[in-house]
Amino acid sequence: MNKEDPVLEKRVRDVAHELRCLVCQNQTLADSNAELAVDLRNSIREQLERGASERDVLEFMVARYGDFVLYRPPLKASTIALWAGPFALLGIGAFVLARRMRRKRPEAEPLSEAERARVAALLKE
Amino acid sequence: MSTRVLWVLGIFAALLVLLAVGLGLNPREVPSPLIGKPAPQFVLPLLHQPDKTFSSKEPLGSVWVFNVWASWCVGCRDEHPVLVEFAKSGAAPLYGLNYKDRREDGMKWLDRYGNPYRASFFDADGKVGIDYGVYGVPETYVIDKRGVIRFKQIGAVTPEVMARRIVPLVGELQRE
Repeated sequence: MNKEDPVLEKRVRDVAHELRCLVCQNQTLADSNAELAVDLRNSIREQLERGASERDVLEFMVARYGDFVLYRPPLKASTIALWAGPFALLGIGAFVLARRMRRKRPEAEPLSEAERARVAALLKE
Repeated sequence: MSTRVLWVLGIFAALLVLLAVGLGLNPREVPSPLIGKPAPQFVLPLLHQPDKTFSSKEPLGSVWVFNVWASWCVGCRDEHPVLVEFAKSGAAPLYGLNYKDRREDGMKWLDRYGNPYRASFFDADGKVGIDYGVYGVPETYVIDKRGVIRFKQIGAVTPEVMARRIVPLVGELQRE
């Protein structure tokens, strides 16, 4: 196997960065040394050598391991909450905040006669 | 005031439920995209007879159970008695994929723990494993008469999974 081709190796690494290592889950295939990760990197290399495109390789992996294998999940009906959720929460937060700020503070109650006299007395001191 | 307290409590309770459900899920159980798809085809040498090959087309027409195992796999030892029991029942043929193993080790392992497989196929470099989306041995598939994958168990088959999922499913598929 020719492992010396730097262009090919870079392509392998780039694709591997897009894929999740299923054994270690929170690492990409590029960062993992698990045995399966090594095998899958070899598989990526073989496919690219055979002339497959990056997209073909990603499709190959999704067909076997599902969307979960993609480090960046695709935008589709089942993942819409994942993508839109944070923005929706931000929007709700902004809405609540805006409503709160616009709400008028209750007017201060007018002073009673006794209070008025007390204020006048205090001011005179 | 009390409505605000109720709101906060409500949100807190919702969050709690969400986290509790999340904790109960097993992140290792990745839903397989292969369910309902034709089982990937392969031709592999047999573990015990290197000069003979097996084609995945051979069991077409019958329901079969396909178990991925290896001598180095600890979970395989846990599920092994369950598989031996299943094979004895004769409910469906059980085939094994000896995954990334050494031939002698695989054969020795079967001698020691018993061989429930009608045949085991020798997948030395794990290529067939990749085609089946194997990422944690043991894994077990139930394949129907038309060669479609109908069930996948990731990790050891427990007696419960065998009794509640696999055995009923095999029976059902055989009546199809």
